[in-house]
Amino acid sequence: MAGGLQDWKQHKRPFAAIAGAPLFWLLLFFLIPMAIVWLYSFGENAGPADIAISGTLENYKRATEWLYLSIFLKSLAVAALVTLICLIIGFPVAMAITFASAKWRPWLLLGIMLPFWTNLLIRTYALMMLMGTNGYANKGLGALWEGASWLRTLVGMQPLEAWTPVQLLYNNFAVVLGLVYVHLPFMVLPLYAALDRLDKSLIEASLDLGAGHLRTLMKIVVPLAGPGILAGVMITLIPALGAYLTPDLMGGTESQMIANVIERQFKRANDWPFGAALSFLLIYAMFVLIALQSMRRDKGREAH
Amino acid sequence: MSDPQPIIQIRNVSKRFGKVTAVDNVNLDIMAGEFFVLLGPSGCGKTTLLRMIAGFELPTEGQIIIDGVDVSDVPPNKRPVNMVFQSYAVFPHMSVADNVAYGLKIRGVGRGEREERVREALELVKLGGFEDRMPDQMSGGQRQRVALARSLVMRPKVLLLDEPLSALDAKLRAQMQFELSDLQDQVGITFVTVTHDQDEALSMASRIAVINKGEVAQLAGPSDLYEFPANRFVADFVGSVNIFEGKLTLDEPDKAAVDCPGIGKVYLNHGVTGPHGADVWVALRPEKIYLHVPGEGKAVRAAAQDAPDGHNFARGVIKGMSYLGDITLYEIKLDSGEMIRVSRPNLSRHDQEDFTWDDRVSMHWRADSPVVLLS
Repeated sequence: MAGGLQDWKQHKRPFAAIAGAPLFWLLLFFLIPMAIVWLYSFGENAGPADIAISGTLENYKRATEWLYLSIFLKSLAVAALVTLICLIIGFPVAMAITFASAKWRPWLLLGIMLPFWTNLLIRTYALMMLMGTNGYANKGLGALWEGASWLRTLVGMQPLEAWTPVQLLYNNFAVVLGLVYVHLPFMVLPLYAALDRLDKSLIEASLDLGAGHLRTLMKIVVPLAGPGILAGVMITLIPALGAYLTPDLMGGTESQMIANVIERQFKRANDWPFGAALSFLLIYAMFVLIALQSMRRDKGREAH
Repeated sequence: MSDPQPIIQIRNVSKRFGKVTAVDNVNLDIMAGEFFVLLGPSGCGKTTLLRMIAGFELPTEGQIIIDGVDVSDVPPNKRPVNMVFQSYAVFPHMSVADNVAYGLKIRGVGRGEREERVREALELVKLGGFEDRMPDQMSGGQRQRVALARSLVMRPKVLLLDEPLSALDAKLRAQMQFELSDLQDQVGITFVTVTHDQDEALSMASRIAVINKGEVAQLAGPSDLYEFPANRFVADFVGSVNIFEGKLTLDEPDKAAVDCPGIGKVYLNHGVTGPHGADVWVALRPEKIYLHVPGEGKAVRAAAQDAPDGHNFARGVIKGMSYLGDITLYEIKLDSGEMIRVSRPNLSRHDQEDFTWDDRVSMHWRADSPVVLLS
């Protein structure tokens, strides 16, 4: 690795030639549009299609009003909950893949990545069909209910009243479930990468010294997989915080997230400067998260 | 070694992974206080055997008894043995002291005693004062000492070492061979080591089990293993050897003779108790063959007078030479067409010129040098 970096430092011109094109691409199609939106956030509507960049802070002032701040905080809470659930489900899954036999591992990894081959919109609709009042989830629950009812009649008890389908869609529960479904691979893959790198003899050494499996997990596996856990958390938390499609399709009126509010400003409300300010508030928050992560990482490095 | 009771008894142990048999019906008794070495080529099952003693693999068949207790189904964290891993497996996120204290904490040893024992263990492996170091600030040799201290501090009944010296450079390896032997003397714990390196095994072990294809090929002390190999595999794996096929023509209590097409008539001053006329193999170590200028050999041999005329004698042409400093190794093409390796100590600083490529030479060996192998 160090040798490679030395090469880059010594041979600046070939490096610049290779790096130039993607850098130019990022500059033209990413940084410049971002800069334009950033400038809009300091502007005001001058006509139906005109924005005057006046340097006003009015948009930010409005964006931090409780109405919007509460949606922002709620989005953060939902994203954090989604990340936590992904971690709780994803860690054992990543462990299982790591310890699976060499024959099975590629197939299990493929299984994790398979959803990426299907469009997010189609996956979301499929999930909605599953969770609808006439979906398989409700049908399964209904069958269980009727089975229980039949068992009651067998032992001479009154049958249960008829099954009424549960409302699984268009609420906060649906949003969290949908987001967990979409973001789980983002959590599993970095966790798997971290656990796979772990020298298995460290686990054996811990067992050899008398530790049980739980202690080995908490004292050896989790601390050593720490950077991978943090990476998985960030990679899940950031897109979950900016999620738009899932709350839009699966959420109800009370499960709006910040991205849905931003979308409304750009489209129906036609208030681009305010939408830009809301967007950048989200981006600033993510900057803070990433800065915190890198600070932690540097601290971890110093400790060694 | 005062206790004749075996500390480890391996009883009819087999281990199969799917269709592959890694360990095949092994029986071994390891005595308390021994420095026991499992020696064999890679993939012979020696590491699997060690891991079964540690508890990381369970035998498919058979029993493992440690200190009188059948531990065949006991998990590794409940066995009175500790292991030093090939990769050392020092916990990278803990200081040296925390690494060594890890097992004691689990066992519930109080803080004061724990610190004392950690200090003692580190002194023992010559790492006193390294308590607060992190593993990534240490060399490979030092990390291995941490792994040793971490296991020894548990005062196990048996210490298992998996290829303990394989990752060290040659100088350090030689030094650690002596240190491990010393350490074992000091602590009096039974050591069981796995290695593929015959020098390592010969220099450290009190007894060696040579493992081939999952079976014990021979169990013996270092010099017995070298001088009295039981079969061709052991003769060839431990040290360097010339092996010739032949027929047993004479076999009496005090003498034996083998007629080898490759090297002529071989005479031994002891019996071999093999069936008369049977196909056997003669093993002759390179350092046990004397090299002469033709003509000179006859006089030397006459002085030795330990073999009848026409026995233990061969002629050939030097086809290859390796000067190794202390010895020179000659590759000689015998008149029969077969090759033989002969080593010769460089006694004088001007000796090396005596023999050279394409020289015709004669060879002889003593009647107590060859070994007759029946398998």
